[in-house]
Amino acid sequence: MPYTPHTNEQIREMLDLIGLDKESDLFSSVPKELQISGINLPEGLDEFSTFEKFKAIAAKNVTNKTLFMGGGYYDHIVPSAVDALAGRSEFYTSYTPYQAEASQGTLQVLYEYQSMICELSGLDVSNASMYDGASALAESALMAVRITKRNKILIDGGINPTYIKVVQTYLSFRDIEFEVIDVENFKTNRQSVLDKIDESVAGYLFQNPNFFGTIDDFTDIIEKLHVHKALAVVSAYPISLGMLKDPASMGADIFCADGQCLGNYLNFGGPSFGMIATKEAYIRNLPGRIIGRTLDKDGNEIFVLTMQAREQHIRRHRATSNICSNQNLVAVRSTIFMSLLGKDGLADMANLCFSKASYLKEQLSNIDGVEILNKENTFNEFVISTPLSSDDFLDRLREKGFYAGINLANIDDSFKNQILVSVTEKRTKEQMDAFVSSIGDVL
Amino acid sequence: MSVNMKIKTIFDKSQNGRKGITLPPLDVSVDTKINSSLLREEKARLPEVSEFDVIRHFTNLSNKNMSIDKNFYPLGSCTMKYNPKIVERIANLDGFLNLHPHVVTNNFSEDVQGSLETIDLLEKNLCEITGMSAFTTTPQAGAHGEMLGIMMIDKYHKSKGEKRKYIIVPDSSHGTNPATAAMVGYEVITIKSDENGAIDFETFKKKMNRDVAAVMLTVPNTLGMYNKRIKELCDVAHEYDALMYYDGANMNAIMGVVRPGDIGFDVIHINVHKTFATPHGGGGPGSGPVGVNDKLKEFLPDLGIKKENGKYEFTSGGFNSIGKISPFFGNYGISLRAITYMTVLGSNGMKNASTKAVLNANYLRVRLKDYFDVPYAGMCMHECVLSAKTLAKKGVSAMDIAKYLLDFGLHSPTVYFPLIVKEAIMIEPTETENKETIDYFCDTMINAVKLADENPEEFANYPKTLGVCRPDDTRAIKELDVKFKY
Ligand SMILES: Cc1ncc(COP(=O)(O)O)c(C=O)c1O
Repeated sequence: MPYTPHTNEQIREMLDLIGLDKESDLFSSVPKELQISGINLPEGLDEFSTFEKFKAIAAKNVTNKTLFMGGGYYDHIVPSAVDALAGRSEFYTSYTPYQAEASQGTLQVLYEYQSMICELSGLDVSNASMYDGASALAESALMAVRITKRNKILIDGGINPTYIKVVQTYLSFRDIEFEVIDVENFKTNRQSVLDKIDESVAGYLFQNPNFFGTIDDFTDIIEKLHVHKALAVVSAYPISLGMLKDPASMGADIFCADGQCLGNYLNFGGPSFGMIATKEAYIRNLPGRIIGRTLDKDGNEIFVLTMQAREQHIRRHRATSNICSNQNLVAVRSTIFMSLLGKDGLADMANLCFSKASYLKEQLSNIDGVEILNKENTFNEFVISTPLSSDDFLDRLREKGFYAGINLANIDDSFKNQILVSVTEKRTKEQMDAFVSSIGDVL
Repeated sequence: MSVNMKIKTIFDKSQNGRKGITLPPLDVSVDTKINSSLLREEKARLPEVSEFDVIRHFTNLSNKNMSIDKNFYPLGSCTMKYNPKIVERIANLDGFLNLHPHVVTNNFSEDVQGSLETIDLLEKNLCEITGMSAFTTTPQAGAHGEMLGIMMIDKYHKSKGEKRKYIIVPDSSHGTNPATAAMVGYEVITIKSDENGAIDFETFKKKMNRDVAAVMLTVPNTLGMYNKRIKELCDVAHEYDALMYYDGANMNAIMGVVRPGDIGFDVIHINVHKTFATPHGGGGPGSGPVGVNDKLKEFLPDLGIKKENGKYEFTSGGFNSIGKISPFFGNYGISLRAITYMTVLGSNGMKNASTKAVLNANYLRVRLKDYFDVPYAGMCMHECVLSAKTLAKKGVSAMDIAKYLLDFGLHSPTVYFPLIVKEAIMIEPTETENKETIDYFCDTMINAVKLADENPEEFANYPKTLGVCRPDDTRAIKELDVKFKY
């Protein structure tokens, strides 16, 4: 049998010690009438056949398209060192570092991770990861409700629409009021947001750059939020923070993001991880694990899980969240990735994404029939419209070897014929030129 | 206290201008500018190190972890079994790694037929193993699955025009159960355990009423015991139309032996990082698929799959769906690992795994029962809970035992959980450990008991071999240091 090492003699010896006759007696505490004779699934496969089976299944997936598709999940480089280190089983076959002395490796990586998230965001404290960007945003909204003891969340329509749906699910079961404020020309509707801020608002959630790629400065909105003692929660694209104004400089109270872009594969959407950082004053309201540095009994520095009185295993129904397992290994990957990038690397990478996207935007604007809908101040994504239906346009480019972007018409009818196009540092001029000429061909 | 040994973080190793990566070239020229008010004034101070610095730093850190591949890791409730290498190899195939989730938004289901097939396979396997009628793989961990389960239960009652108030949990329950109830807006009723460690049946009956939305039970429970009256509990709850939630963290005890769906449970989550051997990753990512019976099918979350004319399509959940809890298919890469593991085991291998898990736990229990307090006597399932109550009178706590073991290459069991057992030591050996290892563990535990008799003070010095010993947790909170300071 795979992976059980028991010899027949050992089984006998063990049963004898327990005082049992046969293996089936091990289940004597399960009422007989509930026991089944077996499950109706195929017998196990040998390793070689299993590999062949799944290799054939993997071959049914299409991964040979050139990606101009982003929307929160990006085709960035993954350096070999990330796979090599995260593939060490000392990292991936351990678990939650409850026993500090036996887990200094994971604990120190997470401390370094938290430090890096604080550097990206400019904020004081970070937790040690959430499930993903969407759940991190939802938990940030709940944090705002807890901190302000108010019951209303404003959601900017520029947030990733799949995230909005997740946030709505989390909030609706708590009877927390929320309102989505639609964007105008793919940009935050400033006046509308400002008008809605008052003493009833717990927090305003927004994204920068927003889902459509538009970059904005929210300083004035945040000032008004603070006048009314409401919180500003920003979801951001970590790579863009190599270039764009950081959340703390805008005055944001809570920063959250998805970490897929930092050294992780697309994985069909998961596993990724979520990050949350905030001001020190709000640390007791953070969900999830936090790692701290302290001293051991001999005065040696040691890393530990800390502030655990927020968590479910101590506080049970009064915990800040029910999260237990987080997305540790993916956060470890990203810590390694950010170490490789370094201070200049992150800025360079952001600049590459921005510059290449700007080039593509310019090239596309020269094609008859293509219109760029958010012309100014975009980072690495922007919206185009074409005379074709979104479906038709995307299908035709798919046939030419491109995933040309995200079909916005499938997100909302009002985005008829519109596509969200994304570029990363991986796209070469050659690929972009071929993409542009293919678009010329299909229109 | 003065600092004796200081730790070098990756930030301490930083040198101005050093680089760890070469990026693709900037092969276009553009003069697009962004308003300077939108730009960052100072760069984020990520460490400046070389690739080799990074390799050496993190390799050395990895050496400071205990892990399943290096150590026996009998962490109760966590099912730290061997993670087969074939699973990693399959999960790292290009065809699985590099799929963009927005193919869902674009409706390009034909490009991901392979992955949709693996999701279908996993859902079907889980239905057969648990006796539920449908599964979703969108929850990203056990607790996420609990949240989804309670949301669906909430919708179920609302669809009948009811808003119920309470969730019942036993006092032996895992912290995520009551925390989940609160996340979804419920109040928690905690019911004490009886002298056998089971939820007290009479109290349970008294507390049941039509304001109770659901009962959350772990089966076998966190004491490693199977509740003989489990079916009666389901029947009582159902009389009040309260639904039964099965915390499947302990599925490793019962595969191929008994099915939650057959007993009458309405919803279940599975921790694939436990029962189905997906790596724990130092704390995650896991995956927490949720199964339901016919009562709850209509409430399943947004994003599922269906097969029509031999082709898989996406489905977005029906009119009564609770909506999205994950943007796409949750931790797909982890779910994929689970189905590859199940394929290797097959029906025979799964039943064998549970049998050997229970065999190992009972063997260990019998070997240790005369040396420790046994809070609840009798056969256990896949894990056994002992207590260091008597040792504690000599000044040796469960934590002392936990720390002692570390010096002998053994990871500690779970300690101080379940909360109802004083000085709890919760040991889950799993089926992949051989008898020699379990004997070595038992011998070491027995040695600890001897040392407690001879020299109880000595425990304060354990572990002696790991370079650090006994963190000051109070200082960690009082002198909060949660990030590198320049
Ligand atoms: C009994 C029980 N329930 C629920 C959970 C939560 O699972 P997860 O950590 O996957 O969220 C655990 C995990 O430790 C558990 O042991």
